[in-house]
Amino acid sequence: MVTAKRKVLAICFTASAMLAAAGGVTANSELLKMQQNANDWVMPNGNYASTRYSELNQITAKNVKDLKVAWTFSTGVLRGHEGGPLVMGDVMYVHTPFPNKVFALDLNDDGRIIWKYEPRQDTSVIPVMCCDTVNRGLAYGDGKIIMSQADTTLVALDAKTGKKVWSVKNGDPSKGETSTAAPMVVKDKVYIGVSGGEFGVRGSLTAYSLKDGKQVWRGYSMGPDSDTLLDPQKTTHLGKPVGKDSGINTWKGDQWKIGGGATWGWYSYDPDENLVYYGSGNPSTWNPVQRPGDNRWSMTIFARDADTGMARWVYQMTPHDEWDYDGINEMILVDQKINGKMRKALVHFDRNGFGYTMDRVTGELLVAEKFDPAVNWATHVDMKTGRPQVVAKYSTHQNGEDVNSTGICPAALGTKDQQPASYSPRTGLFYVPTNHVCMDYEPFEVSYTAGQPYVGATLSMYPAPGGNNLGNFIAWDADKGKIVWSNEEPFSVWSGALSTAGDVVFYGTLEGYLKAVDAKSGKELYRFKTPSGIIGNVNTYMHNGKQYIAVLSGLGGWAGIGMAAGLTDPTAGLGAVGAYASLSNYTQLGGTLTVFTLPD
Amino acid sequence: MLHFRFSKPILLATLALTYSITCYATPSKADYKSFQPSPDQPYYFEDGKVDFGTYNGFRRYHADCHVCHGPAGLGSSYAPALLDSLKVMTWGDFVNVVISGREGRDNMIMPSFAKNVDIVTNLSDIYAYLKARADGVIGATRPAKFPKVKKLIADN
Repeated sequence: MVTAKRKVLAICFTASAMLAAAGGVTANSELLKMQQNANDWVMPNGNYASTRYSELNQITAKNVKDLKVAWTFSTGVLRGHEGGPLVMGDVMYVHTPFPNKVFALDLNDDGRIIWKYEPRQDTSVIPVMCCDTVNRGLAYGDGKIIMSQADTTLVALDAKTGKKVWSVKNGDPSKGETSTAAPMVVKDKVYIGVSGGEFGVRGSLTAYSLKDGKQVWRGYSMGPDSDTLLDPQKTTHLGKPVGKDSGINTWKGDQWKIGGGATWGWYSYDPDENLVYYGSGNPSTWNPVQRPGDNRWSMTIFARDADTGMARWVYQMTPHDEWDYDGINEMILVDQKINGKMRKALVHFDRNGFGYTMDRVTGELLVAEKFDPAVNWATHVDMKTGRPQVVAKYSTHQNGEDVNSTGICPAALGTKDQQPASYSPRTGLFYVPTNHVCMDYEPFEVSYTAGQPYVGATLSMYPAPGGNNLGNFIAWDADKGKIVWSNEEPFSVWSGALSTAGDVVFYGTLEGYLKAVDAKSGKELYRFKTPSGIIGNVNTYMHNGKQYIAVLSGLGGWAGIGMAAGLTDPTAGLGAVGAYASLSNYTQLGGTLTVFTLPD
Repeated sequence: MLHFRFSKPILLATLALTYSITCYATPSKADYKSFQPSPDQPYYFEDGKVDFGTYNGFRRYHADCHVCHGPAGLGSSYAPALLDSLKVMTWGDFVNVVISGREGRDNMIMPSFAKNVDIVTNLSDIYAYLKARADGVIGATRPAKFPKVKKLIADN
């Protein structure tokens, strides 16, 4: 007991000393520096560029086969555990799905709990979360740990004590506004979006003051220019000014007010351009016939000024969505040669099955190619207009209400969902966890009631033709727009990838395996079965001279719905379905953190 | 059992339910054209096909219910399999839970759908679909269907 107490004191002292030392530095430069320290893992995707790459190289393609479990930690929460922990110095910060607990764990003592935070939230928020009560993680800034709770309360906790410093409400769950995203801190601000595209919310990104939680600006996905923070002349779409009220004039009547475009994904930041990048989700409802027009700016990549929120450029990937291909997946910022020219690039693997490479300074579209050959809803993206060329047979709008459009690839969960990819500068490749699932989609008329589901379509999902695998883990060349290698996975890969300077790539599987593969060839080098299916993201850190790999397991999320039950019924009569056993034969629920390292 | 405060939306729901229940007045199973659903026989099934109402129940279920209760009533990691629940629940139980909502085990919450027009006006169809699933009459995929039968207003 005495030893334990002393340790707490020691940690508190170290932490305060660190903070004191950082006192004269702004929060901005603090984080810019911290994200470069490979020993720590200070933001959900490792760094502002969201590369999920680490310079640590103790664990290599040669020795990863010897990896052993160092310690484990049960979160005590069932349901889907997305995201992953942060690590700073001697402390690891772990979050959970609803009820959104946060634990600070002592890395000097096998993860002993330093403090724990558990908010009181109204359980009525649970059923207005469309796809499980997931939460994708924490942000750090200026001595605070920041979390966006399910009920949209954004809370800042003292990193040393877990005491609440401030909290602010970002949305209204009684209107279907909820939160699942991990916030991002830039300079003196915290950024957070909103979930609820299936409830007719109007998506927005909001900046709050890191100091006291006061709202600084809010940019909506649709609405008048004063709401969207789009400048009719200065904001561009593929080089052309967007024009006045572009967030209204592609909508029928007032439909933009319940237009969706939720902002529940990941946020990236380029300090040189001072731009925040993120994507917006599906327009509401899923019945495209009910909402004619391009439905701008749903399904859009936004580049907003971090200080003012004004958008420099936007790009709508899927105008007038007819398939629920949310555009919220992560934006990976890399400097790479594209078509022979050095570019400040943004690479994005969209739900719609296209891998986009853009110039992140200007918003110019450079590459748009399918990252799964099964993708069939569009033949290609017209590089001049940026519009996908929709195949009539798979157009749920052209086929109309009450008609079942069949064989559409990908399914609504996309060729890739939120599970973030990784980029290794050593190989120049992107490592992408994917789904390989197709669907039937039948839209029909629905009515809007605040706080009630506003869906308007029924879907069936099944494996893409020609195989039994529901997922692939691929390596992608963003210059050529080509798959370099592809590993089949029996289930969708719903876990964020990690690549390292040891030329190893890590990811988790729905059966619960943590896998390590060779960054160059994709050859499997190691696997370990964790207690539950993995939908969390892998990270790495260094502590006392040793490199560790950490991952949350805990089946759930959308993957836990569609995959655990429906696709695996042998009586379903869906072609190769007999080959599937239910996921529940492999794994059960339960949140556990597993930490790996090499033996001494 | 139902403790309704007669707020406007609830009243609307109640009216809609009364309508649905009146649909159940004259049970019949002669063929799909003359079929009238009842709590005892909520769906019509012949030659692998269901009546249009049951098919509509399939659609509505997969719009508003399946995100929690899983595809085809199979359940999910956070809501029970209605395929099993409907083996023991009566039409009355079903209406009660959907309209009033309830708190279940392990933090499970069934919200009230009393205000949801899409649910309330299609409730007997959703029940028919789930009952057909529970009885093992139809599989997990989209059921084949008979054409929609135009009902004369006088029928009600």
